[in-house]
Amino acid sequence: MKHNHPLAKEGRERERESRGKIPIHMMEVCNCIEPQWPADELLMKYQYISDFFIAVAYFSIPLELIYFVKKSAVFPYRWVLVQFGAFIVLCGATHLINLWTFTTHSRTVALVMTTAKVLTAVVSCATALMLVHIIPDLLSVKTRELFLKNKAAELDREMGLIRTQEETGRHVRMLTHEIRSTLDRHTILKTTLVELGRTLALEECALWMPTRTGLELQLSYTLRQQHPVNYTVPIQLPVINQVFGTSRAVKISPNSPVARLRPVSGKYLLGEVVAVRVPLLHLSNFQINDWPELSTKRYALMVLMLPSDSARQWHVHELELVEVVADQVAVALSHAAILEESMRARDLLMEQNVALDLARREAETAIRARNDFLAVMNHEMRTPMHAIIALSSLLQETELTPEQRLMVETVLKSSSLLATLMNDVLDLSRLEDGSLQLELGTFNLHTLFREVLNLIKPIAVVKKLPITLNLAPDLPEFVVGDEKRLMQIILNIVGNAVKFSKQGSISVTALVTKSDNRAPPDFFVVPTGSHFYLRVKVKDLGAGINPQDIPKLFTKFAQTQSLATRSSGGSGLGLAISKRFVNLMEGNIWIESDGVGKGCTAIFDVKLGISNESKQSGIPKVPVNPQPGNFAGLKVLVMDENGVSRMVTKGLLVHLGCEVTTVSSNEECLRVVSHEHKVVFMDVCMPGVENYQIALRIHEKFTKRHQRPLLVALTGNTDKSTKEKCMSFGLDGVLLKPVSLDNMRNVLSDLLEHRVLYEAM
Amino acid sequence: MDLVQMQKSLQDYTKSLFLEGVLDSQFLQLQQLQDESNPDFVSQVVTLFFQDSDRILNDLSLSLDQQVVDFKKVDPHVHQLKGSSSSIGAQRVKNACVVFRNFCEQQNVEACHRCLQQVKQEYYLVKNRLETLFKLEQQIVASGGMIPAMELGF
Repeated sequence: MKHNHPLAKEGRERERESRGKIPIHMMEVCNCIEPQWPADELLMKYQYISDFFIAVAYFSIPLELIYFVKKSAVFPYRWVLVQFGAFIVLCGATHLINLWTFTTHSRTVALVMTTAKVLTAVVSCATALMLVHIIPDLLSVKTRELFLKNKAAELDREMGLIRTQEETGRHVRMLTHEIRSTLDRHTILKTTLVELGRTLALEECALWMPTRTGLELQLSYTLRQQHPVNYTVPIQLPVINQVFGTSRAVKISPNSPVARLRPVSGKYLLGEVVAVRVPLLHLSNFQINDWPELSTKRYALMVLMLPSDSARQWHVHELELVEVVADQVAVALSHAAILEESMRARDLLMEQNVALDLARREAETAIRARNDFLAVMNHEMRTPMHAIIALSSLLQETELTPEQRLMVETVLKSSSLLATLMNDVLDLSRLEDGSLQLELGTFNLHTLFREVLNLIKPIAVVKKLPITLNLAPDLPEFVVGDEKRLMQIILNIVGNAVKFSKQGSISVTALVTKSDNRAPPDFFVVPTGSHFYLRVKVKDLGAGINPQDIPKLFTKFAQTQSLATRSSGGSGLGLAISKRFVNLMEGNIWIESDGVGKGCTAIFDVKLGISNESKQSGIPKVPVNPQPGNFAGLKVLVMDENGVSRMVTKGLLVHLGCEVTTVSSNEECLRVVSHEHKVVFMDVCMPGVENYQIALRIHEKFTKRHQRPLLVALTGNTDKSTKEKCMSFGLDGVLLKPVSLDNMRNVLSDLLEHRVLYEAM
Repeated sequence: MDLVQMQKSLQDYTKSLFLEGVLDSQFLQLQQLQDESNPDFVSQVVTLFFQDSDRILNDLSLSLDQQVVDFKKVDPHVHQLKGSSSSIGAQRVKNACVVFRNFCEQQNVEACHRCLQQVKQEYYLVKNRLETLFKLEQQIVASGGMIPAMELGF
């Protein structure tokens, strides 16, 4: 084959060159073999064609590159691309230009060819150099890509895992929700089985509960089988122990007794079985800080069977699901138990409440009935009582035979006793109610004691028991307290002393108690500023009391005396009532006795207020009877311009016994008035202040107060301005016309007593 | 006429005066002031009242008939009449005087004239009645009886 060696090429070139200059047959002869056949033509053709195609390829590659790179938009090495593109383009150009060199070509073409080749050489060298840097990078990119792919695959796997876990979680949540949505034990268990069966696509699901004896497990619930029969297995089976020993779900053999729930068909492969324990927590297992101990634990057994022919396996996440569910069930069951307990307690409480309410209402009704009864008794019984007593007293005053007198006296005594008894009972019940309130008032303490003594004296004299009263010198005279009840207390105590003494003397001592006096140990007296504690001691030398009986004395209706001495009567309520009153007065009462036959001393303290005024405030009881016209010879002056009213006023005063002088004008009044006149009545009806001037003049005339007569204005209107005017002009009083007789009388007496009067309006 | 009957008719008459409002309780007060030391107290007072009132009414008529009425003079008269009438218990006269005084304050001549007429009317009425009363009393006294004490039992 002829090869296109450079010499040949040169030869050709020279040949072409020489065409113009050198004839063809003067070509150098090379040592190459040339075939007869114009193989050059063929070769040239092929070269031509190849060059052409190369050129085309070379031109199209960059185009393709550009196109796809533009498409990809992420290509970091653009500059390289340009370079590469240039290189390729130039190569292509070279090959393209080569096409022209097959035939005779001009020098220009050769030049162009040379330039092209040179450029190509440059660029390609540059590119080669560049590639030295770039190719390692590209390779590393590749490795990174691989790495990332691996990572992505791994992530995918993990994602898959997470997804399965999440699904499991969802299942668990859903299951839990279902289980916890009810607080009924049976529903919980049933729901558990149903949901588990659904979630895990189980063939059968069963729950074995421990029997009451704790020695066997009884099949309590199943999923598919309708009526679980009374099927028990002993609890001490090894497989059961194995399951109970761990909190995890355990795969057990499908042939174990707990898993053999339905008649085995025999032919098929049984699905895998898993069993898990369910702790049955009892209320008493719960400690505050740690979870219940495992010692006295009861467990139920949950058995789950996969479908027979599915060749499914228990996956880890499914096992976990089962364990979680078992725990949830335990919690749900304990909640149910607690709820049952609290419901029971609540029902109990409600019952008790109802009962209490009823009792309270009954008590209220009873109290109301009693109060009504008392109220009725109070009025209804007292009225006839009073009638009896009053009429009996009246009867006593009339002429009676001795027999009759005796009878009447008995009637009177009995009815008095009955009245006292009623009062006592009513008082006591009011006291016990707490509805009794002390009626406070100011009274004379000394007088009270004297009165009590006066009341008791007759009886004491009859029994020949001298009574002495000692009032401490520092005992206040006027005190604030409940006079009536204090008297009742003192009377009761002193009365008792008299009643139960056959001989000896009785002494009543009253003093202000200070803290150093002997008092029962649990009682302290603290006299505060406006209060003090009154202590009353009643000592008798009578029968005395057994110290053991002392506490009983103050109880209602208790009597310690023998029947003989009980003839003196009394309901036994006296001391009880006294004690109540003393307590109301924030005091204390007790009895000391040296024994039977040695007399006894009754002592009580009560809190009383000290009255502020040294003399009693005002007159406690206003004397109702006015002095009838006690103004004999009282000299008065009447000044009135109106003849008629002058005459009427004069008539009034004359009727009351006064000596009346009348004047009809201010001047006359001033002339006539003297220190003999005690009162001047002046009419101030006329408008203007002239009438009032007279008052001032009279003031001027009589500088000494005791000589000046009292000035009273008679007016027809009673408004404030008139009053104020009178006061400002020095009048001592204002009277409204027309004055009635009684009015005038009262006015005069008040006036003369107080020397001022501003009330008779 | 029987003494008892006379006494009864006196009582009825007096009662009627109170019921009509011609007299009020002040009159009773006056009667209370009448006793042995002062046997004619009531008639004395009433007579004085009549004298005074006649005079006042005359003055009032004169004052009101003037061309230009001087209310400063009219008012005191009315005031006096009011005082007197209230002192003896002539209730209606007193009330009429009160109304009169109001119109005096307003200086309403027309109304004052009317009031004067009213006052006069009431005054003559009470004068008439009291005179009748006294005649009855005199009759009783002349017959030797006692004037029964008035009880305001109605």
